[in-house]
Amino acid sequence: MDMPVPLNHYLILSGVLFSVGVVGVLSRRNAIIVYMCIELMLNAVNLTLIAFSRQLGDLNGQLFTFMVMAVAAAEAAVGLGIIIALFRNRQSVDVDEVNLLKG
Amino acid sequence: MQLLIFYGFGFLALFAAISMIMSRQPVTSALLMILNMFCLAGLYAQLGAHLLAALQIMVYAGAIMVLVLFVIMFLNLREKAGIVSKHGVMTQAVGIAAFGFLITALVSKLDMGKLPAAKAPGADFGSVAAIGRALFTDYLLPFEITSVLLLAAIVGAVVLAKRKV
Repeated sequence: MDMPVPLNHYLILSGVLFSVGVVGVLSRRNAIIVYMCIELMLNAVNLTLIAFSRQLGDLNGQLFTFMVMAVAAAEAAVGLGIIIALFRNRQSVDVDEVNLLKG
Repeated sequence: MQLLIFYGFGFLALFAAISMIMSRQPVTSALLMILNMFCLAGLYAQLGAHLLAALQIMVYAGAIMVLVLFVIMFLNLREKAGIVSKHGVMTQAVGIAAFGFLITALVSKLDMGKLPAAKAPGADFGSVAAIGRALFTDYLLPFEITSVLLLAAIVGAVVLAKRKV
């Protein structure tokens, strides 16, 4: 085994992926793409947790990631259910048209 | 060698993420997201989290993204005018720039000297046995709560999928 990758590299990659996810959530209008960007942000956080878990030799980070995956699975079921209900009511999944909760 | 693997997977993941938010077709986006998840699984494996690398492929790239693809094809969306949301592009750009700056500042300020040097992981680090042991001892309560969460999600999905919402 040669030189391991420094922790910094993983953190920067994870931060950049998270930022890309934020840009997607803020700028896309298709609700399904917004949903996938949220998944991307969850994945970026998972990468941070696992990188720290390796760095500190501690399994807790990996268990956190395990829980995040379970939450993501629950989110997939409910989020896609909401998107389908939205489409059924409005024939569109454009987030710009869904503004009933806007104050 | 390690660094080469990291850069390979890292840049591929980044490329997939950026093309995902820029692509016009939702199906292309979903496939690029799957590519991104495979790359992250590779990075997890490189970090010694072998169980999570397998779960990443099976749960994320397998189950969740197949569900997303199914919904995309089920809805059969037509191309509308523009993919970019119309609200406050300037506000978004400023927010995004600030966020990127924040991330860079945080990472560059991280004092690597204060962290213990990365130890060579034990043979069973990240294995099914080690994770399972921790999951059923220290993390038993969160594990059970997760099952309640999944039950709630199932009930919620069924309620949402009913005819009348």
